[in-house]
Amino acid sequence: MSGSRRVQAPDQGPDRVVVTGIGVIAPNGLGTEAYWSATLDGKSGITRITRFDPERYPVRVAGQVAEFDATEHVPSRLIVQTDHWTHLGIAAADQALADAGITPAELPEYEMAVVTASSSGGTEFGQREIERLWSKGPGFVGAYQSIAWFYAATTGQISIRHGMRGPCGVICSEQAGGLDVAAQARRLLRDDATLVVTGGADASLCPYGLVAQLSTGQLSGRDDPGTAYLPFDVAACGYVPGEGGAMLVTEREQAALARGRSPYGVIAGYAATFDPRPVPGEPPRSNLGRAIIAALDDAGLAADQVDVVFADASGVPERDRQEATAISAIFGPFGVPVTAPKTMTGRLYAGGAALDLAAALLAIRDGVIPPTIGVIAQAPGCDLDLVGGTPRETPVRNALVIARGHGGFNAVLLVTAPRSTPGNGE
Amino acid sequence: MPMFTLDDVRRIMRSCAGVPDAVDLNSDIADVPFADMGYDSLAMLEMAAHVQQEFGIRIPDDAVEEMKTPQEAVDYVNRRFAGELQG
Repeated sequence: MSGSRRVQAPDQGPDRVVVTGIGVIAPNGLGTEAYWSATLDGKSGITRITRFDPERYPVRVAGQVAEFDATEHVPSRLIVQTDHWTHLGIAAADQALADAGITPAELPEYEMAVVTASSSGGTEFGQREIERLWSKGPGFVGAYQSIAWFYAATTGQISIRHGMRGPCGVICSEQAGGLDVAAQARRLLRDDATLVVTGGADASLCPYGLVAQLSTGQLSGRDDPGTAYLPFDVAACGYVPGEGGAMLVTEREQAALARGRSPYGVIAGYAATFDPRPVPGEPPRSNLGRAIIAALDDAGLAADQVDVVFADASGVPERDRQEATAISAIFGPFGVPVTAPKTMTGRLYAGGAALDLAAALLAIRDGVIPPTIGVIAQAPGCDLDLVGGTPRETPVRNALVIARGHGGFNAVLLVTAPRSTPGNGE
Repeated sequence: MPMFTLDDVRRIMRSCAGVPDAVDLNSDIADVPFADMGYDSLAMLEMAAHVQQEFGIRIPDDAVEEMKTPQEAVDYVNRRFAGELQG
């Protein structure tokens, strides 16, 4: 099916949905440009866990956002009532709005919305309150626990902070959520919304949060940060968890151009599928391929028009093979450049695909595909043109991002280069 | 000599509910409504919980309704100390 189809793009009109602002909080960089230059340099943010003593835990390395000081990014009143994960989300949203040149107070409050992805909620806050409950008693549990743990807390606090009272929401589909929310933003913008803050963040690197993640059996137990997370490699042994994410400002292309802003790119195609229930004794099946095809269809693009695939890159051998098989079936073996910059951050759950989406937009902007670090020898069944340890300079017009959430979620989103800039009178 | 003062309110709010953006807690806040300083109902419950833990007195949840300003909070807590309030 590769390259055979050239269908009319349904989303080429002036109401196309574009991204005009990016904010990034990642283990290898605070702020979009810091993250992007670290990523192009192949600098990893994966280290031994320092947030607590990980010695007695089976997972001891992670992608931690080390330099983040909440007091520099979040008002005092908000710090006490929100989890670390919400602090990261608030900071990223502030960056994205500033990047987009948006002053929310000047815009109609009911036309602005916030839709973010969350996977763990506020586990660090929750652990602290549970410790108080057990050690001191119920009277010592803070009132803010009631709102801080909740998956929608980041959405809600960004909404309150910026007076965005439109159709807000949260999507919890693990790693897939970072793409699912961008698709929801596109839906809202095709309807009555004029501006949507979207993206995702997660930060669950406290003992309670880490133990909750262990139950999947998919995390890497390797101690060397350089080899703990090697997706598609013969030595793949699971993934490294990370914290952080990205927030994006989305609006209609016409509105962006009217404000004199050059968009980063267009949200051109999206599809989601769900994997079938595993059957005991049979190899697991995946509907990821169907999601890729449907997303291409939605964007009106043929497979051979895709310039790069940002892989989900599970790091779990079986899931790596599933993803590589789906990519090869549609683009051909070694048929499209594939990359996984998350080898430098670990998997950020709800923040991971949002960060990949940011990276895809920056790849379009700069004409460069970021590297995948650490991978030396691809595993049998992984016939991918993997962009290795150095970035690959090449024009990028259409970038496809894959995200697979634990439990069966598949999401695929295509971003394309902005066709027009404010200068050319379109 | 009152057992509970405006400085106690300032200290407790600073530690359990954070510092407001618009108002300097060290200024004369006695009659500035908590709501105008950006403290919401959960902040008031936090304050009440801290006072109960620190001073060993009981403050029913609905008592925060009688503490709209720092001065009202000081007066309420001191009446509790004096045994003027039941329940």
